[in-house]
Amino acid sequence: MKSEPARRARLRTLAAVAAAAVVLPAAAACGSDNGDGGKDGKGEKNNSLVVYSGRDEALVAPLLKDLEKETGLKVEVRYGDTAELAAQILEEGDRTKAGLFFAQDGGALGALSKEGVLDKLPQKSLDKVDAKYRGGKDDWVGVSGRSRVVIYNTDKVAEKDLPKSVHELTDAKWKGKVGYAPTNASFHAFVTAMRVSEGEKKTRDWLTAFKANSPKVYEKNGAVRDGVDAGEASLGLINHYYWFEKRKEVGEDKLNSKLHFLPGSDPGALVNVAGVGVLKGGQSEAGRKAVDFLLGKDAQTYFAKETSEYPLVAGVTSPVEGLPALNTLGGPDIDLSELDSLEKTLELLKDVGMV
Amino acid sequence: MTATLRPAGASAPAGRRRARRRPPAVLAVPATLAAALALLPLGYLAVRALENGPGYAWDVLAAERTVELLARSLGLTATVVTLCLLLGVSLAWLTVRTALPAPRLWTVLATLPLAVPSYVAAFAWVSALPGLAGFTGATLALTLACFPYVYLPTAAALRRVDPAQEEAARSLGLGAWRVFARITLPQLRPAAAGGGLLVALYVLSDFGAVSIMRYETFTRAIHTSYRASFDRTPAAVLSCLLVVLTVLLVVGENRSRGRAGHARTGSGTARPPLRLGLGRWTAPALAWCTAVAAAAVAFPLATLGYWIAVGNSATWEPGRLWDAVQNTVTVAGLGALATVLLALPVGVIAARYRGRTARLLEQAAYAGHALPGITVALALVFFSVRYAYPLYQQLPLLVVAYVVLFLPLAVSATRSAVLQAPPVLEDAARSLGRRPLQVLREVTVPLAAPGVAAGAALTFVVIMKELPATLLLRPTGMDTLATRLWAETTVSAYAAAAPYAAALILVAAVPAYLLGRHRS
Repeated sequence: MKSEPARRARLRTLAAVAAAAVVLPAAAACGSDNGDGGKDGKGEKNNSLVVYSGRDEALVAPLLKDLEKETGLKVEVRYGDTAELAAQILEEGDRTKAGLFFAQDGGALGALSKEGVLDKLPQKSLDKVDAKYRGGKDDWVGVSGRSRVVIYNTDKVAEKDLPKSVHELTDAKWKGKVGYAPTNASFHAFVTAMRVSEGEKKTRDWLTAFKANSPKVYEKNGAVRDGVDAGEASLGLINHYYWFEKRKEVGEDKLNSKLHFLPGSDPGALVNVAGVGVLKGGQSEAGRKAVDFLLGKDAQTYFAKETSEYPLVAGVTSPVEGLPALNTLGGPDIDLSELDSLEKTLELLKDVGMV
Repeated sequence: MTATLRPAGASAPAGRRRARRRPPAVLAVPATLAAALALLPLGYLAVRALENGPGYAWDVLAAERTVELLARSLGLTATVVTLCLLLGVSLAWLTVRTALPAPRLWTVLATLPLAVPSYVAAFAWVSALPGLAGFTGATLALTLACFPYVYLPTAAALRRVDPAQEEAARSLGLGAWRVFARITLPQLRPAAAGGGLLVALYVLSDFGAVSIMRYETFTRAIHTSYRASFDRTPAAVLSCLLVVLTVLLVVGENRSRGRAGHARTGSGTARPPLRLGLGRWTAPALAWCTAVAAAAVAFPLATLGYWIAVGNSATWEPGRLWDAVQNTVTVAGLGALATVLLALPVGVIAARYRGRTARLLEQAAYAGHALPGITVALALVFFSVRYAYPLYQQLPLLVVAYVVLFLPLAVSATRSAVLQAPPVLEDAARSLGRRPLQVLREVTVPLAAPGVAAGAALTFVVIMKELPATLLLRPTGMDTLATRLWAETTVSAYAAAAPYAAALILVAAVPAYLLGRHRS
């Protein structure tokens, strides 16, 4: 049996811990009220940068190490889901800790741009990238590109039977055979592109007919790819690099699928971008340095090699085997900044019952 | 001669309860604080749901799709809870009350599924059997992940059942089955119902398993709304509806508890319960236990092994893995400690006091438990950026998030542990001149300690697996096993993710194992 004083001492410790757990946050909260802006983590030093990255750590981490080496910036990264990080930045408001937002897609950058939390980028940086691949308000820029493609199972579909347009996917012969990820941002971008290039009505009709053709619903592009590769679906709508990733993972001989790049101005051949925006506030100078680094030749080549995405800066070509050149790709003739009309797309998707 | 408190009608305990309606300040103050913390997300939801005017919020609420989602979520919840009750109660009975060979082994195996994150289990199943995707797969993955929530309290309750009552019933001519149905089962009801409630809330809030199984539920719609529209209002409105559902479930469970007292009175202690010989039922019973353990534990582990074997993305980074293990143990340890400390007063009040305040405190602790982690995380971003900026993206805030998310797990463990301790001992201490605080620390807490420790272990395991809040609120650059696992699976490098998943399961298995060994 424990002695009474020992038990008391233990309880006192417990009580102290409990009290600390309660008092500390409260004290900190009071402290913040009279805090001066300069201590808010943002802009503490000119040479530190906090990056919120919606892009995968495995892809981005080595690159940001090089960024540190090259620019002398001290870089801290938070990884997360692109949209969740965008929501986080919006909740943080002008007290955001982020200096640079590295987004998986233009839509999230568009949403931040619309709320006015992004800084304008210098023209010299913007000019490195074709106007097709940057934001309309000059406050974000694409750093790598990806094409929407049709993936097909080579046991189930012969090359000659492949569709020439997403519009053929509503045909009865593909009933129940197409996999897609209706909640995925890339799919939303594709639908938005269709809305912008072909109009509201045509898009609604296509969505309705496509849904009536009983496509298989998946969570993400990766799952669509795996589903097609396993023969669950014959065709799938994904981004090109998912297939190249899988090829790296298991080797081409273990794959039962191939990619089909749709020709012409088909929205199913949309080239979308991953991009960056600099947040307004004390870190904007560091942020701009990082943007220039990401648009430099080394970073561009790195993306091409590691992620199988397209480099966007003129003069850098992709070394990936089996990848058609960027300028040979089709896709709708639209301004990517119009892809920020995502809400209308979502209303449409809700109306037809897809999300 | 032994006797147990009889359900409702025994006048003495009921009278005593009436006399103690109001908890002393030493309990009420910290309990109120805990409840207020748990209610924080609701304040945020109110702000976001109404920021575009009540009209918009109503449009979201009244949409046909909302009703459909409600039906789908409730259907899944009802199915999973029913199956969990079946699995949990049957395994508890087999391991505690029958002469099943190696009962300890099965006890541990029935607890271990707690260590397997439902998203890992779902992923293992759907990659092996893609046809499972949908309602079936979601049901399977969630049932196998959640049944220990029923198993643990039910097994503990079964161990406490005084065999004297059952023997009396047998001697009065009832057969084994009728004794189980009429004497044993009613005593298990509160434990099983409490477990069932936790399962229901888990299913409502789960995102990982349903998204991998591609089954659209409320929580998945909330995520979609954040992901796709950057519009926080629909997500907030749907979250409010989840809160309403939660409150209804908690109130329902409260009603089903009845007024039964379950502590033993009288002198001496109860004998360990008798174990029923299984005879020719031994083989089927063993087969049932084996099947459950294989599906819930062995299968996901085997799948991880397979990924490590076939993929060539496996990069073995022991330093990084070790870092993640340390961080995980630290945050889960601190989180479990804070949660249990704050749950203690709420649990004691819920067990010992009647009246509106006591009920409201307990319900408040549960109110946010069915909210998806992302919603709770954004709520804490909202409040801390505005009112506690120095804490933002610091460890203490992450710990607060875990308290908000998992308070009910510790509250329910504390409550049932306190219920087992005979209230007469506290009354005796009071009558001998002890003050409420002294009674708490000299009588109640020591008696309930094993149960509270079990609650801490459970909370620890669950925090280890938590992902969405950890991602948003962790200190920048800090990785836990769950965030590493997430980071690797987003690039679909399964083989690289597998070591983290395996480590997560192994570390979580330690407290889960202790929980399985725990004797109340």
